[in-house]
Amino acid sequence: MRRSFARRRFQSMYDISDEDLTFEDSYRDSDEDVEDVEDEDDYVDDDDTDLDFTDVVAGKDHKKNYEVDFVVHSIEGIVKNQDDEVTHVSNILGIQKQHTATLLRHFHWNKERLIDRYVEDSTEVLNKAGVIIDNTKTSKLIKVPGFICDICCNNDEDLDTLALSCEHRFCKNCYEHYLTQKIKDDDGNLRILCMANDCNVIVDEETIELIVNKDIHDRYRTLLNRTYVNDKEYLRWCPVPNCEYVIECHIPHISLTSIVPTVECVCTHRFCFGCGLPDHQPSICVLVKKWIKKCDDYSETEDWISTHTKECGKCHSNIEKIGGSNYMTCCKCKYEFCWVCMGPWSKHGTSWYNCDRYDEKTIDAKYKQAESRASLERYLLYYNRFANHEQSAKLDRELYNKTEKKMVEMQQISDLSWIEVQFLKKAVDILVQCRITLKWTYVFAFYLARNDQTNVFEDNQRDLEMAVEQLLELLEKPIEAEIIAELKQQILDKTVYVGSHREGLLEDTAKGLLESRWEFQVDIKN
Amino acid sequence: MSVLFTKRLSKELVDLKINPPVGIEVTEADTFKSWKLTLDGVDGTLYAGERFTLEFRFSPNYPMESPEVVFTGNIPIHPHIYSNGHICLNVLYNQWSPVLSVRSVCLSIQSMLSSCTCKEPPPDNNHYVKTAKASPKQTQWSFHDDSV
Repeated sequence: MRRSFARRRFQSMYDISDEDLTFEDSYRDSDEDVEDVEDEDDYVDDDDTDLDFTDVVAGKDHKKNYEVDFVVHSIEGIVKNQDDEVTHVSNILGIQKQHTATLLRHFHWNKERLIDRYVEDSTEVLNKAGVIIDNTKTSKLIKVPGFICDICCNNDEDLDTLALSCEHRFCKNCYEHYLTQKIKDDDGNLRILCMANDCNVIVDEETIELIVNKDIHDRYRTLLNRTYVNDKEYLRWCPVPNCEYVIECHIPHISLTSIVPTVECVCTHRFCFGCGLPDHQPSICVLVKKWIKKCDDYSETEDWISTHTKECGKCHSNIEKIGGSNYMTCCKCKYEFCWVCMGPWSKHGTSWYNCDRYDEKTIDAKYKQAESRASLERYLLYYNRFANHEQSAKLDRELYNKTEKKMVEMQQISDLSWIEVQFLKKAVDILVQCRITLKWTYVFAFYLARNDQTNVFEDNQRDLEMAVEQLLELLEKPIEAEIIAELKQQILDKTVYVGSHREGLLEDTAKGLLESRWEFQVDIKN
Repeated sequence: MSVLFTKRLSKELVDLKINPPVGIEVTEADTFKSWKLTLDGVDGTLYAGERFTLEFRFSPNYPMESPEVVFTGNIPIHPHIYSNGHICLNVLYNQWSPVLSVRSVCLSIQSMLSSCTCKEPPPDNNHYVKTAKASPKQTQWSFHDDSV
């Protein structure tokens, strides 16, 4: 039933527990075995009534705190999901599938709400959604003697005509023109109405398939899939351009302050299910958003100006002092003043180059400036490290090419086979992954309020950083026949070491988030 | 013009000429691209005795797409008609249906004029006329007043 789904779980390559996988498979299989459509999706909403629930809890103990469960769906899978939901609801409500599909779309695929509302007042639901149910009618093309199409005024004898359940009949050509144009310039809601004036009956899927050509129907299908995925809170398209996989993950939006749901598409792109940005563990979405805004913000430039410059007391130009004595002359207005107290130089009399004219006001201003300077310096410190890891991750990717050459070289000068030199590639993979993690640890640390816990975090961070540098050093070593075996062992060991450190850091941070152990300098609920 | 739809416009034209609605007359219809019609103010309304000219421009997709309809020359003063001739009327834009016709649009506009109780331009006339594109179909209309 669900063979089209590629099952994936974010898992460290060094610690794939078979138990986890078999558990998930058996769990899925048991779901598949139950042919009752009502159980569809229930493993999420309805865990309590599901016998497999105990297994789920047991499974979760194995799972790392920084990992989340997710499934990758292909387009076929998404189409099938819609089909299953339609069949399911169609059976419950006892109405034709094409009409059920229209109703479900009208209710943004919220089947519970549809069923509730339908049971309450089916007439109103049908009216609003633009559906007329008449089981005696199915959309088909027929020839009607003496028919004149109201739109093109054609009255050929063998004209194919079609009417929806509202019985407004038009010729096939007009319908094709109309539907093609509507589908081509779709504005995102896909509510295509009957062509008659003031008629709000929706042209159902079946009719569309009957009328339009294959290209247009494909586009229509694509648009339907798009709205389906957008309507479902637990589905998200892989953000890679032209990648057509959909990730299913049941982390509600409200949990994003305590979980960073990193998922991985079959195209290998790793991203955050919560915000769609590339993987940013261990930083939670809200911190990432604040950080990106901070980096983009012009205000940092203003911060620099306020920290490094002073205003001329007369013309208010910003002046940066790059050397020389305290005796300043504004190059714009020629105002002569003292850099220390900002007062006119004329009052300094004989106390050349020394200013002792401190008063309340200047002390206050100096304090403010110092404060702003300290906060700027702090930001720059974290930013530099963040940017440094980002840059290194890019360089490490270039290392791939070098590594490939190296792998060839290794095969030539030793008796290692292609499979046996794969460890080099794996090492680079881990290296890049660690860089990304490290990069985001600086964002996490930037917003972290200082307490006893911060030291643990910083220790972990430092350890990982050192381990990464050591691994890089090994990878850059030249290859000599006699040391290959030794080098391979060293790299393998270091890769495992680095991987486990990264895991430890992520695990501890994730656990801390779940336990609300971390305190932040900013409000993460907003 | 798509061959599919020339028949439709020919028929509309014949129909308007043989059986014209009261106060509506086709004055220029040499092509299937653009027509001109006159519209007389209905007796007993604020526009009685006045004559206006409507211009219809048809895209190759008419009637799948609505025609572009504007007043030219003498523009009626009306809360939904801008002084550049643009008309704020939902059936000309998002409520268009392919079964509507030149005749039904003219009748809608005539009825819009007839139900007017106070001859005044739209409140945002000056701003709109300054910023509007040549075609009213490029305007994002919002329809909120059904009374006139």
